[in-house]
Amino acid sequence: MIRFLLRRTLSTALVLLVVTFVLYLLLDYTLDYFFDLRQSTAPNIGQLYEARAQLLDLDTPAVVRYFQWLAGASGCLVGMCDLGTAWYLGQDVTSQLPGAIVNTIKLVTAATVFAIVIGVFIGLVSAIRQYTGFDYFITFLSFLMYSLPVFWVAVLLKQYGAIEFNNFLADPTVGWGTIITVSLVSGLLWMGALGGSSRRRIPVFIGAAVVTFAVVWFILATGWLNSPSLGIVGVGLTGLAAAVVLTYLSTGLGNRRALWTSLTVAVVGIGLYMPLQNLFWYVEMSWLWMLLLLVVAIGIGLAVGLAFRGRDPWVSARTGALVAAVMSFFVFVDRVFQGWGEYSRHPAINGRPIATIGAETPNLAGDFWVTNLDSFTHLLLPSIALILISLASYTRYTRGSMLEVLGQDYIRTARAKGLPERTVVMRHALRNALLPLASVVPVDIITMIGGAVITETIFGWSGMGKLFIDSMNRNELDPIMAYIVITGLLAVVANLVADFLYAVLDPRIRVNA
Amino acid sequence: MSNTPRTTGPGGQNAPRGGPETGPTAETGPPAETGPAAETGPISIEGRETEGLSQGAIVRRKFFGHKGAMAGMFVLAAIAVFAYSAQGFGPIPGWWIHNHTSSGPIMNPAGAPTWSLADPFTFGQHPFGQDDIGRDNFARVMKGVQISLMVMVIIGIVALVLGTVIGAIAGYYRGRLDAFLMRVTDGFIILPTIVVGSILGKLVSGPNFSLFGLSSATYMAPALAVVLGAILWTSLARLVRGEFLALREREFVDSARVAGAGDFRIMAKHMLPNTMGVIIVNTTLLMSQAIVLEAALSFLGFGIRAPQVSLGQLINEYQSAFASRPWLFWWAGLFIILIALCVNFIGDGLRDAFDPRMKTVPSLRRMNRADRRAGRVPGRQMSGTGQQETGTTTAEAKRPGTDHEPGADGDGGDDGDDGKGASH
Repeated sequence: MIRFLLRRTLSTALVLLVVTFVLYLLLDYTLDYFFDLRQSTAPNIGQLYEARAQLLDLDTPAVVRYFQWLAGASGCLVGMCDLGTAWYLGQDVTSQLPGAIVNTIKLVTAATVFAIVIGVFIGLVSAIRQYTGFDYFITFLSFLMYSLPVFWVAVLLKQYGAIEFNNFLADPTVGWGTIITVSLVSGLLWMGALGGSSRRRIPVFIGAAVVTFAVVWFILATGWLNSPSLGIVGVGLTGLAAAVVLTYLSTGLGNRRALWTSLTVAVVGIGLYMPLQNLFWYVEMSWLWMLLLLVVAIGIGLAVGLAFRGRDPWVSARTGALVAAVMSFFVFVDRVFQGWGEYSRHPAINGRPIATIGAETPNLAGDFWVTNLDSFTHLLLPSIALILISLASYTRYTRGSMLEVLGQDYIRTARAKGLPERTVVMRHALRNALLPLASVVPVDIITMIGGAVITETIFGWSGMGKLFIDSMNRNELDPIMAYIVITGLLAVVANLVADFLYAVLDPRIRVNA
Repeated sequence: MSNTPRTTGPGGQNAPRGGPETGPTAETGPPAETGPAAETGPISIEGRETEGLSQGAIVRRKFFGHKGAMAGMFVLAAIAVFAYSAQGFGPIPGWWIHNHTSSGPIMNPAGAPTWSLADPFTFGQHPFGQDDIGRDNFARVMKGVQISLMVMVIIGIVALVLGTVIGAIAGYYRGRLDAFLMRVTDGFIILPTIVVGSILGKLVSGPNFSLFGLSSATYMAPALAVVLGAILWTSLARLVRGEFLALREREFVDSARVAGAGDFRIMAKHMLPNTMGVIIVNTTLLMSQAIVLEAALSFLGFGIRAPQVSLGQLINEYQSAFASRPWLFWWAGLFIILIALCVNFIGDGLRDAFDPRMKTVPSLRRMNRADRRAGRVPGRQMSGTGQQETGTTTAEAKRPGTDHEPGADGDGGDDGDDGKGASH
């Protein structure tokens, strides 16, 4: 295995080296280093050209310049990075990069995680309900999302998700027709997703429609949109619901110990709500604190699960930890929402909270919660665009692989020996169906760091992709080369991780190098 | 290096296929055994799938039975005919009164469309509206559709040829040549296509680039398409190589070699027909990727540029006008989505048609209706004929299958389920 990975790494590194060489020459030919002088009418134009050629060392052949660049870049291996300069801005490339990388990771992480979770879930349901109306609807939708050009979606999102939505926030009223349509659509969707006989479908439809109607009506009638908060009631209700749903999905409600564990964890979470509010009030928070609190919460979940003992305590503990994580998430969301009023009234925001451009509002001073809220409102639209685009492939992928697994003999065996459908789907089928995803997800995550080019450009998000496009527009060779090297290296790493993960997870894979 | 720890994705196009050499119905089995009702007179609806047909006929029948693909074909053909006839092509004039460059007086305030939902039968002078200097948006969008379709087709052809040739050579000869070609492929895959595409797009549309002294406007779109095709062939090459690696171990290749066929003949006449499925399906899916890529590059300004028109370029040009003249933005985007969607559906239909494991099992309702027509008593259980159907727990499979009342399904009503359940 190690030999295989080493060989693979070496060969890909060599390929990357050749790619940088070819692209360097190609870029040198493509870029117009005098683009700003072409229209110039300055009397000393000849001198300007001369100076530019001098600055960029254009008299040296490009091949020689490549090796000079390579010497500087390979200095990174020993801690003396010299990736050249962005000549138009007069900045060192090494000073441009860290900010760009951090920004891109900020943008990409949440979007990828959400896309994977939602995509896998939808794909799973769609596979279980194969050839039903719901399945066809999802299939059509994912084809539609495949076909959506991200730049088009992004411009629409800016208009309707930000500008119109901010207008709407000033006077949040919706006609009854819209509310009823939304409720009916939600009812149909839930009915399709849950399936079953007509005797089960009709109550599901009615229930989902009524609940949606009530929620929408509540949100509009109480002016929730302008001062959103969950409060102890909201957190408690979502926590209890999460406890039941997660128990159902992970062990089935038949496992009473797991059910009691998750309900206990939810109740403990409700009990800790007020003390946490005090903590948030008196102590200045940071992401380190958040991580610490999350670890504590998961610890509590595990402990409760183990305390219930039983034959298989780790199953309960796992469920407890999941519920605790969900509870912590909602407590966090609740606290962030509490800063909404203050944030929205801030003169720099002026009642238009959803941002269309950039990563943060300038001149916005605030504590941990307000700055986070600010960065979330900026993340919202680009994340939605990214999720919409990558959701479809995860859905299709999970659906296809799930159908393949569900058609296998061991699934029939599992059904034949009388296992409940939940166990068959969640334990026997889903785990194996997710196996191929292990070789896709690392590649996706890591390539997205270099790949969110269009989204970043449209939303003015100064990450790696925007750095690349801007440098292309400014005809700066060195930042582009830095971008290419970093993206290429990440791709190499991603493929290695994918191969390794797959070999570890799937015992059928044997590697002979 | 042939042992990468990956299997093919769930799309699973690597299943060995029976070609002409292995007999027309090698996978599908003799027709008499498939349907439980095969012995009763004319071939039953399940059996009809496999009655002694050639591979090509089975594929064709499955493809033509695929509603989504057929709808896609139809819409795509309609769009192409509409766009090419409206604006004309080359020296042939089109039927539309305006062209994409001339500006005229602005009809409605701000150039709003003269065609609206309130009065859908009056098209007026500018059905899709006008831009700020009075150019007709309909003409521009139609011209954009022409260019975008042309770019898409050229990309498809270039990628098809390159990917097939390189993949076939690598898979057939193996050894050093294979290793070298696969490293070249890795070199293309290592960077996102949009990045390499922007660099090459800038090269092609930049001032440094010239081809036989022609002005850049004449060849910008085809040149861009060729260049993009030259970076999109990699996935196809990998798949074709995989197929060839598997096929060259098969007996019919040995027989051909023993019979004295040369390498080229074996590849072209014996192996290539067996990989047609993979090639066609992936080229189609690649073309849907291509049209979005072209649009994205033109949007970023590294593709087709201003005096020239393409759908992405139109969106780029008009994106800032979205608040004041939304129609300029809507129509171009709508056509990109429509074209990509159609191509995706066609690709999906082709994939299902070429996949031997994909046996179309008619829905229970359809089988019952066929029974009723044939005068038999409707109502049979789902029988496990198709692999795809056996393991799943569709609502139908679990339901006690007798006496199917209409409307019992609850969703979508009778018609919707019927049409879709027929094929997939």
